[in-house]
Amino acid sequence: MYARLTSALALACLISGASLAAGSKITDPQIAHIAYTAGVIDIEAAKQALKISKDKEVLAFANDMLRDHEVVNKQALDLVKKLKVKPEDNDTSRSLTKAATQEREKLAKLSGADFDKAYVANEVAYHKQVNGALETLLIPSAKNADLKDLLETGLKLFQGHQQHAEHVAAMMK
Amino acid sequence: MISKLRLGAIGALALMLAGSPARAGTIRVTIEKLVFSPAEISAAVGDVIEWQNKDVMAHTATAKGDFDIVIPPGKTAALTVTKAGTFAYFCRFHPNMKARLQVR
Ligand SMILES: [Cu+2]
Repeated sequence: MYARLTSALALACLISGASLAAGSKITDPQIAHIAYTAGVIDIEAAKQALKISKDKEVLAFANDMLRDHEVVNKQALDLVKKLKVKPEDNDTSRSLTKAATQEREKLAKLSGADFDKAYVANEVAYHKQVNGALETLLIPSAKNADLKDLLETGLKLFQGHQQHAEHVAAMMK
Repeated sequence: MISKLRLGAIGALALMLAGSPARAGTIRVTIEKLVFSPAEISAAVGDVIEWQNKDVMAHTATAKGDFDIVIPPGKTAALTVTKAGTFAYFCRFHPNMKARLQVR
């Protein structure tokens, strides 16, 4: 009887804890989904650049983005599998994807130097935006230590990509 | 024929002796989570710098006009130091990765 009461109490605490987290804060499954989505978006952008651009520097940059984000997303998938966390779709992921789709449609109408400039400028802005989200929201909110660690490495990677994109942008001027 | 062979052997031995300078060392730098460590190293001309990349993505050790070494994920790449000076180097793929090599 006593034991049953304590376990019931523990369960009640768990549930209220979970709903509290869902109401006020972002959860690890959502964070994992956002981080993965951010990588997918940059992979899609790189694939578009590889199809449209003819500039050697831009193509090299797009290949770097494709390679890094594919390998890091694979690492993220391995981690969520290990942690038995199921990435969960959410408003942040959906709005990121929506904005990225619109950006790709805009870029699809361009070609030559116009495309190159717009693609690289968007890469700078996009990486900056993701870095902001990682620093102020995703990393501070992550509870699992392994997930936090992966996000911190992800931040350094995205910061590196931002600088790389800024460098390519400066060379095109 | 025999003397020619023997001469060749002696020549190879001489080359081997000349090719191994006294006390050439290997300095190892580890790359992990987009960080070179140690970030500052010093070496002598003739030393070998070896970068071990523990990350899943490729990196480079690049000093413009001096060297550009690509280190694939999980691999090691080396550079033999040929001249003295201070070389600030970085990764071309992730320019926020910076380090310095001092050669005496
Ligand atoms: Cu790098």
